[in-house]
Amino acid sequence: MAAVKINELHKSDLPWILEYDESKCIQCGKCTAVCSFNAIKPAVETRKTSNSIVNKEKTEKVLVIKQNVSLDNYCRGCGMCANVCPNGAIKLIRNEDDKYSVAYRAQKADSFKKGGRSNLNTEGRTLDKIKIGRISQMTDPSLDAQRHTFELKTPFGRVLKADKLNFDVKDGKIIETAQLPPNRWIYPIIFGDMSIGAVSWRMWEAMAIATAYLNEVHGIPIRMCTGEGGIPTKLLKSRYVKYMILQIASGHFGWNRIIKSMPEMTEDPAGILIKIGQGAKPGDGGLLLASKVARYVQEIRGVPKADLLSPPTHQGLYSIEESVQKMFLSMNAAFNFQVPVAIKVAASVTSVSVYNNLLRDPYNIVGGFFIDGLAAGTGAAHEISLNHTGHPITSKLRDCYLAAVHQGRQGEIPLFAGGGLGQTGSFAADAFKLICLGANGVFTGRMLMEIAGCVGSDTGRCNACNTGLCPAGIAAQNECLVKRLDVDKVAQNLVNYILATDIELKKLMAPVGCSTLPVGRSDALITVDKHISRRLDIQYSC
Amino acid sequence: MCRIGAIKSKNKLHPSMALKLMRSQQEGHDDSGFAFVMQDMGGLFENYKDLPLLSMAATVEGTRLAEDILREVGFTRVMQWSPDINHQKGLKIEAMPNYIFEVLQYPKSYRHASQEEKEELLIDTSIRLRKALEESSSGFIYSFWPDTLTLKEIGSPRDIGTYFNLWEENSDLTARIITAQCRQNTNYDIVRYAAHPFFLEGYTGLVNGENTFYEKNKSYQAKLYKGYMGFESDSQCLLYSLHYIHKILKWPLQYFKHTITPLPYDEIVRRENSEILLRIKASLAHLEVNGPNTLLAVTPQKELLCVCDSKKLRPVVIGKTEDTVIMTSEVVGINDLMPDRKIEDDIYPNERETVIVKNDLTVERWQQ
Repeated sequence: MAAVKINELHKSDLPWILEYDESKCIQCGKCTAVCSFNAIKPAVETRKTSNSIVNKEKTEKVLVIKQNVSLDNYCRGCGMCANVCPNGAIKLIRNEDDKYSVAYRAQKADSFKKGGRSNLNTEGRTLDKIKIGRISQMTDPSLDAQRHTFELKTPFGRVLKADKLNFDVKDGKIIETAQLPPNRWIYPIIFGDMSIGAVSWRMWEAMAIATAYLNEVHGIPIRMCTGEGGIPTKLLKSRYVKYMILQIASGHFGWNRIIKSMPEMTEDPAGILIKIGQGAKPGDGGLLLASKVARYVQEIRGVPKADLLSPPTHQGLYSIEESVQKMFLSMNAAFNFQVPVAIKVAASVTSVSVYNNLLRDPYNIVGGFFIDGLAAGTGAAHEISLNHTGHPITSKLRDCYLAAVHQGRQGEIPLFAGGGLGQTGSFAADAFKLICLGANGVFTGRMLMEIAGCVGSDTGRCNACNTGLCPAGIAAQNECLVKRLDVDKVAQNLVNYILATDIELKKLMAPVGCSTLPVGRSDALITVDKHISRRLDIQYSC
Repeated sequence: MCRIGAIKSKNKLHPSMALKLMRSQQEGHDDSGFAFVMQDMGGLFENYKDLPLLSMAATVEGTRLAEDILREVGFTRVMQWSPDINHQKGLKIEAMPNYIFEVLQYPKSYRHASQEEKEELLIDTSIRLRKALEESSSGFIYSFWPDTLTLKEIGSPRDIGTYFNLWEENSDLTARIITAQCRQNTNYDIVRYAAHPFFLEGYTGLVNGENTFYEKNKSYQAKLYKGYMGFESDSQCLLYSLHYIHKILKWPLQYFKHTITPLPYDEIVRRENSEILLRIKASLAHLEVNGPNTLLAVTPQKELLCVCDSKKLRPVVIGKTEDTVIMTSEVVGINDLMPDRKIEDDIYPNERETVIVKNDLTVERWQQ
C-alpha cells in the first residue's frame, strides 16, 4: 500500500479543477499571463515515451499548464484563461466535492472568503414567484407601451402629508407659507453605493459618466450614490454633482475633502445617504483591505495604506431619537436644508421599528429609507456574514410599506429597495414588482457590475472582490487589471441597459394601465405561492 | 360602461327628468339598478332646507333600529314623506320593505351650535346608523344631510321608476339639482351602496370609469377621514378625494384636478406655481387616479363639476339652455331633453379641463 499525505492540500480539494488538453495547446502563454490569481502556471512534466519494458529510461520533457495547489493562489473559476486561449485547450470544471473552505479554516484559522455575494441560496427567490396578473382588458384598455407617454419619476426627500404643508389660499390660489423639506423627483432606479476603492477608478468613472449621460442626453433623471469613499474633487465642484448622492458612513471616508471643497461647489448634490447598514453583511461594518488601498484611494479618503474599517455602528448612535437626528440635522444643515438626506439600513427583523420611528419623527428630517436585502453583494465581508446573516428584501420592504399604510402615512418617507435585484436576469421585473409592493424606487450595484463584465456568480464563481485581483478590472486596484476595463464601453453598456430597462418598465406599466409609477399597487400582482400571498397580502392564483 | 347624468336648473325638476335623460342612453343599462340624488330641494322639502333630511331603505327592524338611534341622539322628526308605491306585478325590482325620507330637527343641545358642530353630528350619526344597519343586515342609509334626498334600488331602471311612481311628474318631489345613474356598479357585488351617485357631506359624485389606482386610493383614504368608508366601488374614491381637497384641506376646486391627474413633472416645472404643484403631486400621490374616468359632481355650494382622467377619457358632454344645464355621458340624452338648444355650444371636456356650472348657470372651463 502506498503512502499519501492526507493533511496536505490536494488538487481534489480545490473548488475548481483545471482540465487541460495538451494536444490543443500552442504554448502561447496567454492563460498564465491573464490569471490574476496566479492559480495556473507553466510546468514541465516528465513523460515516458515508450511502453517498452526494456527501454525504461526513455523519457521526454513536456511543457504543460498546471493548477497551483495552494490556499492562497487557487483557481476561483473566473474563466479568463479559457477566454483567452485561442484553441480552447483549457476548461474549468466545478468541483462539487471541494474541501477548500474546511482546509482554509483548519490551516489558517480564518474565514476562507471575504467578499462577493451570498452563495447559499437555499430559499429561492420570492420575486420570481410573483407575476403581474392584473391585466387591463375591455373596460379599462391597456396602454400602448410604444405610443403612450409614461412618467417614471418618484419623489426623493421628505414628503409631508397634505394638511401639514402649511399652504395658504390667497386670491383663489395656494401659496407656500413655510420652507418645506427638500424634495426632488428622480428616476426610480439609483446606481447603488459602490465606493472608489471598493471598485476601480475606471468602474466608478464609467458609472458617473453613464449617470451624467442618461440625465443630459436622454432626460432620464437617474442618480448615483458615491458609496463611502469620497468623490473626486473635480466632480464635486462640477455641475454634474447634482446627479450624485453623497454617502456618509461610520468611517466618514472622503468627507474631509468634501467639507473642504464645499465653498467651491457650484451645485448641491442630489442627496445625502447615511449608511447605517448593508444587506450583504448586516451588522458587520465596512472593510477595504489594504491590498485595495491604492495611492489615489489614500488621497481621496485621506488615509494611510492599511485595512480600512467602517465600524458597524456610528459613533454616538445610541437611540434613533437623539443620535440619528443629530446626524441628520448636521447633514441637513451642511447644505442649508436644501438637499434630501436619506438613510440606508440592512433589511432586518427590526427594519419596521426603525422606519416607524423615522416616520413619527416630528422634525421631518428623513428624506428616504433605503432597505438593503441579504442577496446584495459586497466588496469584502466574511463568508459567514454573506451567507448566514440578513433578511430577504421583499417581505421587509412590504412590511415597511404596510406599516406606513397602517398609519396612513405611505409615501411620506420614500422607500427604496435593493439587494440581489436582477439575480435571475430580470431586473426591470424585479424593480416593477417591488414598486407595486410599495417601493418608490430601487437601487442596484450588482447589475452595474454584471453589465460591466463581472464574471462572478451566485454559486461561488470568482467572488474575489476583496482581493484587489478582480480579473475584470471592476473591483481591482492593480493598474494592469484595471486597464482591462474600457471606461467608455462600460459607460455605454450602462446607458444601454438603463434604456432597455426603461422600455421594459413601460412594457409592464402599459398592460396594467398605469401611466405613472404604480407605487403600492399590489392589486396588480399575483403569486402562485400561498405563503407569499399571505405574507405579502397579494392575490393567490393557481 | 356606465351612463351618468347631472342636471342643474333654475326650475324645480322632477326625477322623471333623470329617467328620461338616461332612457335613450339605455345601451349602458343592464337592468342592474337605478339611483339618484336630489339637492336644492323644492316641493314638499322646500321649506326645510336647513334641517337634515334622512334617506334610507330598511326592513321593519332596521327602521326601528334607526329611529331608536336618532331618538337617543336627540333628533326629532319634523316631516316624513313616503313614495307612492306601485305594487304592480312583474316589476323587476328588489325592493326593500320601507323607504324612509324624513326631515329631522337637531337635538336641543345643538340649538346654538355652529355649522361645523352640526355637520360633525350628522356625519357621526350617519356612520353610527350605517354600522348598526350593516351589523343587523337590516337596511341602508344613503344620505343624512340638509336639502338632500337619495334613492337607490336594484332592478330595471324603468321598473324602479314605475314602482316608485317616478315617471309621472308632480310638484311634491322636486329639486333644482338631480344626479342619476341608471345602472348598478357591476364590477363588484351588486349592493346598494355600490350604486352611483355617492354622497358625503354635501358632495355628490358619480363616475363613468375604472379607477385602476383603487387599491392605492382606498388604502390611503381609509385613514384620512372617518367618513371615507365602504369602498364598495372604485368610483367612491374620486368623491372622497374631492371632499378631502375641498372640505378638509379647504383648497380651491382647481387643485382637485391637479390631485387626481397631476401634470407630468416636465410640464409642472415650466409652471409659475411649480413648487406648489410638485408638493401636491408628492403629498397626494396616493389620490391619483389612473384608468378611464369621467366624474360628475355636486359641491355643497350647489355647483356642478366635471373632470376626466388624463388619458383614456370616458365620454361626457355638457348641454345648456337658458334655465338648465345637463352633463351626461351621451349627447342623445341631452337631445331628448333639450332638442332646441344651441348644439354648437355643447361642451366636450378634454383631459385637462375642469368644467364648473355656477349657481347662475354660467359655465366655467378651467384648464389645468
